[in-house]
Amino acid sequence: MSTTTEPKRTRASSYTAAASNYIDERTTISAVVKEFGRKIFPDHWSFMLGEVALYSFVVILVTGTFLTFFYDPSMAETHYEGSYVPLKGVEMSVAMASTLDISFDIRGGLLVRQIHHWAALLFIAAMGLHMLRVFFTGTFRKPRELNWVIGFVLFILGMGEGFTGYSLPDDLLSGNGLRIIEGLVMGIPVIGTWISFLLFGGEFPGTAIVGRLYTLHILLLPAVLVALLALHLVFVVVHKHTQFAGPGRTNENVLGVPILPTFAAKAGGFFFIVFGVIVVMATFFAINPIWVYGPYDPSPVSAGTQPDWYIGFADGALRLIPPGLEIEFLNRTWSFNILIPMVALGAIIVLPMIYPFIEHWITRDNREHHIADRPRNAPTRTGIGAAGVTFYGVLWAAASSDLIATHFDLAMEHVIHFLQAAAILGPVVAYLITKRVCLALMKKDREIALHGIESGRIVKLPGGEFIEVHEQLDDYDRWKLVSYNDYAPLMIRPNSRGKITAATRVRAGLSRWFFEDRIAPVTRREVELSHGEHHAAAAIEGEHQSAIGADSNRH
Amino acid sequence: MSNATKRKNRAGRRSPLATVALLAIGLLSTGGAYALISGGTAEAQSDINSQQMIDEGEKLFSANCASCHGLNLEGSESGPSLIGVGAASVDFQVGTGRMPLAQQGPQGEEKPEQFTDEQTKALAAYVASLGPGPGLPDARYLDGEGDAANGSELFRINCAMCHNVAGAGGALTEGKYAPAIDATPAHIYEAMVIGPQNMPVFNDANLSPEDKRDIITYLEFNRESPSPGGYVLGSLGPVAEGLFAWFFGLGAIVAITVWLTAKSN
Repeated sequence: MSTTTEPKRTRASSYTAAASNYIDERTTISAVVKEFGRKIFPDHWSFMLGEVALYSFVVILVTGTFLTFFYDPSMAETHYEGSYVPLKGVEMSVAMASTLDISFDIRGGLLVRQIHHWAALLFIAAMGLHMLRVFFTGTFRKPRELNWVIGFVLFILGMGEGFTGYSLPDDLLSGNGLRIIEGLVMGIPVIGTWISFLLFGGEFPGTAIVGRLYTLHILLLPAVLVALLALHLVFVVVHKHTQFAGPGRTNENVLGVPILPTFAAKAGGFFFIVFGVIVVMATFFAINPIWVYGPYDPSPVSAGTQPDWYIGFADGALRLIPPGLEIEFLNRTWSFNILIPMVALGAIIVLPMIYPFIEHWITRDNREHHIADRPRNAPTRTGIGAAGVTFYGVLWAAASSDLIATHFDLAMEHVIHFLQAAAILGPVVAYLITKRVCLALMKKDREIALHGIESGRIVKLPGGEFIEVHEQLDDYDRWKLVSYNDYAPLMIRPNSRGKITAATRVRAGLSRWFFEDRIAPVTRREVELSHGEHHAAAAIEGEHQSAIGADSNRH
Repeated sequence: MSNATKRKNRAGRRSPLATVALLAIGLLSTGGAYALISGGTAEAQSDINSQQMIDEGEKLFSANCASCHGLNLEGSESGPSLIGVGAASVDFQVGTGRMPLAQQGPQGEEKPEQFTDEQTKALAAYVASLGPGPGLPDARYLDGEGDAANGSELFRINCAMCHNVAGAGGALTEGKYAPAIDATPAHIYEAMVIGPQNMPVFNDANLSPEDKRDIITYLEFNRESPSPGGYVLGSLGPVAEGLFAWFFGLGAIVAITVWLTAKSN
């Protein structure tokens, strides 16, 4: 399988061949190279978002290693004696002092710290955008459901990595963040206090937490993350890449460039572009200026204290919950002002993670899908996604309610009340609007596929009739508009025992919700029909006929 | 100076440099004495207590302030009594442009000041003459030569919960807010002493004048030293950083991905 070279090659080339052969005979790596090297990548910008996350993660690994050389995760008390004047002699933990040393007294340390932090923000943001792309194009469907779950776990691990890393400097801001986490944990009935004491090794803040978070941050979480990342990438190769519908693109093939050599070169270059963007950000823009925040002290809390963006939705949930939701029951305090946000946060994390299985249960679609949906062609799913994004976005915005108030000259109470209403009504409104917009866009696509684009050219026919000339699409463009799966609501049918179970009813109801409003794709016959006739007259009639006669490829 | 005296010893008092040295000594001693006398509050005190200032202040007050605060500082429905607020309060409120109010609202907002420094001082003299209250701060607490480290700690403990650790300001309830701190040392000191609007009073038993000096030193340090990490994005912390990462960081990268996958024409 290895490279076979002709005997008349140059010396360098035959040396390469010999070396390759040597390695291949001992590792059979050529099979792997063949599989990976021939993986095809279709060209679409949104297919590169996962790569952005991957490359940011590589940057995080490299810079993080540098930081571990100088960081000391100890909560022992010391007095800062470094070169930053306004903290000289101030009492702080060794962790904070060593982070300040990295920032001010180690060559390049501040730059590396800032690269690490900006890359972390970008890593999770890129994962989020990547996940949105996968969700809205429906590429989590069979056979990729498990890879969606793995990806989602990666996202959660990323947030965990981010939060543990954010807490390591033991500065005032991150200490307040930890305090909130402690409060959340304590709010869990019965076991909360126990878990909190276990986590912090006693009363908050204790002297153990930074060391423990450090172990999680550099050992456990990265190990799991790298392992799942590798699995995620293996699955990406095994499943082949998805692609958008287009001429020659079918469910059975992938059109694009192979990894070796073209894509690898492109991707290698892209890595350096991502790295470069991060370094530019880190060079010119300060991030997490812990010297301003000062060492952690449980008494002060700064105005405008927020977590990093990816934890913002959790902070926002706590800000939006109305006060006073506490009852005493069974001799215990039940803090629903903690429990309700925790349920909301759990829903934000769990529901998207299991969404592929929910959708599969509703559609009963067991086919493999390798063609990415255009979001408009799955109106209900897109609507659900928009509702989820809105809910997340409202919680996220709520984390900056105080800054919204000061920067837009509003009262904080008004901002909170508005966001409380938006958290409940916003998703509904977003769902309805998005679904209608999708259906309208599908109608427009159908119109264009059948009758072409209005050219604006008015022609007078010999009989005196005026018509507007429609420009027909070429086959390439039309292909994109007409190739999508059509679904119809499931019929309620009795099972083998002749009974209709409650589950069947629920599923039929959900299926109706999903697929009742739909625009059938244009068939070849319809296109041919519409071509043979006068456009002006046929437009309306043809549409009616096609809507009735459209034969869906139901399973 | 020691250099000059050394040369004098070497060349005697007829050296051409002797004149220069004598001039320098004379200038330094008179200048130093003047600085000692005027550097304190002596001049300000005498100024603010002079009858001329008070009369001038009374005229300005009647014309500009009395409609809300009353002709005798007794206050009205539109404004509180000013008896006993002291010169510091007037200097702060008028000197930062908060008074006269642009409009009734949750709180008086900073705006370009409406009176010259001299007029402000005259108003302060008038108000101070009608009731005892905190006076103008002593210049030696405003020099920014205190202990910045102590100041930073005191600032975090006493001020940061409203004004933000970087002094970037923060929200309060019902449309009120703690403003971003970019005032002069004197105004910062006065604000601590008088507790304007929603701010609590930090009297000398709470924060000694030296502590206040340290806080001012820290704020001055922050203002004058460039940010070590680069542009601070408004010192607003993770919200600004997150928005920047999304819109500029990821935005730039998405633009690049679109460019990389664009079909060449």
